[in-house]
Amino acid sequence: MSECCGPSCCGTIAEEYSYGEAPYLSGSMRTPIGEVPMVATELTPADRLGVLRVRLGINRGHYRIRPGLYAVGTPDDTTPVLVTANYKLSFDAVRRELNGRNAWMLVLDTRGVNVWCAAGKGTFGTAEVVRQVRVTGLANIVSHYTLVLPQLGAPGVAAHDVRAATGFRVVYGPVRAADLPAFLDDRMRATPEMRRVRFRLADRFAVTGTELSVLRDPKVLAGAAALLLAAALGLLSWAPVLLALGAGIAAVLAGALVVPLALPWIPGRAFALKGAFAGAAVALALVTIVNGTLDVAGGVALVLGVTTISSFAAMNYTGTSTFTSLSGVLWEMRRAVPLQVIGAVVTLVALLISIVW
Amino acid sequence: MGRLRYIDGVVTLELDRDACNGCRMCMAVCPHGVFEMADGSARIVDRDACIECGACVSNCAAGALSVDPGVGCAAAVIQGWLTGTGPTCGC
Repeated sequence: MSECCGPSCCGTIAEEYSYGEAPYLSGSMRTPIGEVPMVATELTPADRLGVLRVRLGINRGHYRIRPGLYAVGTPDDTTPVLVTANYKLSFDAVRRELNGRNAWMLVLDTRGVNVWCAAGKGTFGTAEVVRQVRVTGLANIVSHYTLVLPQLGAPGVAAHDVRAATGFRVVYGPVRAADLPAFLDDRMRATPEMRRVRFRLADRFAVTGTELSVLRDPKVLAGAAALLLAAALGLLSWAPVLLALGAGIAAVLAGALVVPLALPWIPGRAFALKGAFAGAAVALALVTIVNGTLDVAGGVALVLGVTTISSFAAMNYTGTSTFTSLSGVLWEMRRAVPLQVIGAVVTLVALLISIVW
Repeated sequence: MGRLRYIDGVVTLELDRDACNGCRMCMAVCPHGVFEMADGSARIVDRDACIECGACVSNCAAGALSVDPGVGCAAAVIQGWLTGTGPTCGC
């Protein structure tokens, strides 16, 4: 499922956290339940920079909105209530579509996790919807007793239970916030197209950054530094060290960048298989480039190592994609992981042979 | 989803058409067009597109649907193997 489970997943959650600056607030309005903060619908440069930061996996865990009720425009008791997560990107995606409209936004405490991922964990769920409806006193603000939830929140929510507990009817809105204006204008009806999750090239590209963050992993960087140091001290010769590092980077790029971008065109259904294909292609290109300078064991290590790493990296992309099932992932892992382990072991043995000889 | 299809014949989704009350909620929440209405009750038309997110099951007031819900995420499965629990993102 989308954007949840990459290597840089959601991180650890502190019990207490500060919400930091709130440049998206534009004031407050008086309501029957007291002052309600008002939200701007224009994104600022600071908001856009934040998007980039999140995509690159920098400080993703510190991007939360204070849960509760917000006003957009000048809402009244007939204005729709849109429910969202307290992940800043989810919140921004909704408010920017409400430009020129009146709406209430009810922000759930999903611990700063996006709607779909939080729904899978249940933090975007029936209990939190019911809790926020009660603590905000929403029934004193609107008279229509209707909540618009994002469709991707549905895995965590039982609409009939929300109604039983609060009296509020749940209407599931479109998958994408961009379709909210059309949905609201059509008396809260979503077209079949609005109900479908897509995974187009731009979607696939937008989430590659988190997968590639393995290249910034301290353990990986430390290993690379150790190899470079060994070469600098004369313990290893430069050529194989540089080749190994280059091959490692190429393998991660094959599995975590080439596979996502070329996903529909690489043969196979299993991501591990797609990754192996991409890795093998990259490895053969590398072998051609360094042609003649490698012994047989070195060549085996290069081809097998790149193929294995790429296969593993691509397999981990299943969590970022939007069309994989757990049963399918288990199916491919039962077949791929043993082969990846064998690939890794043979690669290491071949490397040792190549170095010792 | 066009050309993007995952592994066929593995998902755990089940529908008891006799229990279905025709409320159409499953059609509203399914992000992959798995369901259609036929003769007043839901029907599975594309089982292999199911990602086992569980949205239809949790919103089926009639209890006509079942699935082993989960996240199709290899990293979560590995995390689960290492920690001896079920698949988890660690979040």
